Amino acid sequence: MDAGAVGLTLHLAAVTTLVLLLLGTPLAWWLATTRSVLRPAVEALTALPLVLPPTVLGFYLLILLNPTAPIGAFWVEATGTTLTFSFAGLVVGSVIYSLPFMVQPLHGAFAAVGRGPLEAAASLRARPLDAFFTVAVPLSVRGFVTACVLTFAHTVGEFGVVLMIGGNIPGETRVVSIAIYEHVETLRYADAHVLSAALLGFSFLVLLAVYGMNRRFPVRAF
Amino acid sequence: MPSDLDIDLSVALGDFRLDVAERLPFAGITGVFGPSASGKSTLLRALAGFEPARGRIVVAGETWLDTARGIAVPPYRRRVGFLFQDARLFAHLDVAGNLAYAARRAGDADPAISFDDVVGAFDLEPLLPRRVEALSGGERQRVALARTLLTRPALLLLDEPLAALDLYRKAEILPYLESLSSRFHVPTLYVSHAIDEVARLADRTLVLTEGRVRAFGPTPAVLERLDVQSIAGPLEASVVIEARVTGHDTAYRLTQLDVGGETLSLPEASHLDTGATARLRVRARDVAVATARPGALSIRNVLEGTVVELVADADSPFAEVLVDVAGQHLRARITRAAADELALEEGQPVYALVKSVSLDG
Repeated sequence: MDAGAVGLTLHLAAVTTLVLLLLGTPLAWWLATTRSVLRPAVEALTALPLVLPPTVLGFYLLILLNPTAPIGAFWVEATGTTLTFSFAGLVVGSVIYSLPFMVQPLHGAFAAVGRGPLEAAASLRARPLDAFFTVAVPLSVRGFVTACVLTFAHTVGEFGVVLMIGGNIPGETRVVSIAIYEHVETLRYADAHVLSAALLGFSFLVLLAVYGMNRRFPVRAF
Repeated sequence: MPSDLDIDLSVALGDFRLDVAERLPFAGITGVFGPSASGKSTLLRALAGFEPARGRIVVAGETWLDTARGIAVPPYRRRVGFLFQDARLFAHLDVAGNLAYAARRAGDADPAISFDDVVGAFDLEPLLPRRVEALSGGERQRVALARTLLTRPALLLLDEPLAALDLYRKAEILPYLESLSSRFHVPTLYVSHAIDEVARLADRTLVLTEGRVRAFGPTPAVLERLDVQSIAGPLEASVVIEARVTGHDTAYRLTQLDVGGETLSLPEASHLDTGATARLRVRARDVAVATARPGALSIRNVLEGTVVELVADADSPFAEVLVDVAGQHLRARITRAAADELALEEGQPVYALVKSVSLDG
């Protein structure tokens, strides 16, 4: 039963990382290059999940995604399933919850690349999109690795948002952190120990990998 | 097709304002000279499209900017090569990769410049597999220059390409810069705050101060102007003159040159062929003035001429004298006291005593 929770957690983290890579990259690029007056506001919005209690986020998501609200109703109409208490809803919640972990490292990496190499690319006839993929992305590759690893790990460690909008449905929304919570509630400490220790070890290894990589490839592409 | 570079633009950057309206011949190297913060680099960046500018830029009949007609060609569509002071090679590619990046995007524009031509001309063969971090400053600029040429630019913009290099590296890369117009025939704007670079490379020079054009014309004529010299600074003050090589004195290891019937000698420069024309740089502080031809003197170079301009600022201990020698001008920096004692005035015949001369390219 716990194996299912582990598989579901990894699946959720992978899908969330992929979605955030697609959404977070243009957002981070915009933040790093724009001269718009809106930038501080967008930056603040992006960072909100860092400071908000997950229950607050989960509460608003519940209000927005439930089948009687416009977005929730549209989803039911389109797919026949609800967004609340479903895997799809968890993905939506996780994407918002982990947004800063994708956007901030990418923003930092793009800012570190700066205008210089992109001006050079433009002077070599590279169109903006060409220059982005052939110069900005390769020079930011460490930022991409950091962002993806942190996003994945942070999604694995998610609890509050899942509890609020996903509940505890095996195979659908019962992720590792929820399983641990349930084990403790039902006084099955041995099972809680196994999952908790695994999560602790996993998180440490992830951070070790990120910091180790920063040490091994100093400034080359970040 | 009109073959010139027609610029009439203004750029506002904070408090700074650049206004340039000039028609430049579209050939050879045009020096853009001025002190720091005079707008030299801003002019180049506006031409490349990196700074928003107002006005008009027409390059050999191709309109790059015309704000009145709502035209602003984006940087990547301007056929311009830009050499940055810091080279800006791509760190994620090796030297060959950097060159290929440019070559792939060049299209089939004229002038037809091939990969092998450029690699050969800049001696890059041994560097091709190297990572850019492993290059010296001079090598980086050589690779960057080659990379820029491979885009087959209609106009080359060089933004202080030597400023970050030490003297030795500068000497190493100067011949490659000189080959730009002679071998690849790409019209070039060369920005520098070093007057010796401009004197050596530029066919004509545009002088900028505080965002405005102060002078524009053939390099020797511009550089001998006293108001331009004051920009260059007192120690740098110098003129460029042309002289014909008349022979080599192998016993004393000297090379003899002719300037309007007068003879100049300089330490032997055996690579100069007899009959060739050499450009000489003469610093103002190496020139003295006498009202009679002096004898018994260690200075060997004595040229007869007339005073054409005398500038003596009452606040300065020095006076600047411009002396015409057979149509070419020498500049002398003497004390104001000496100028008064000799009663120098414009039109007066004098002898210019030249203590040392250096070869200028």
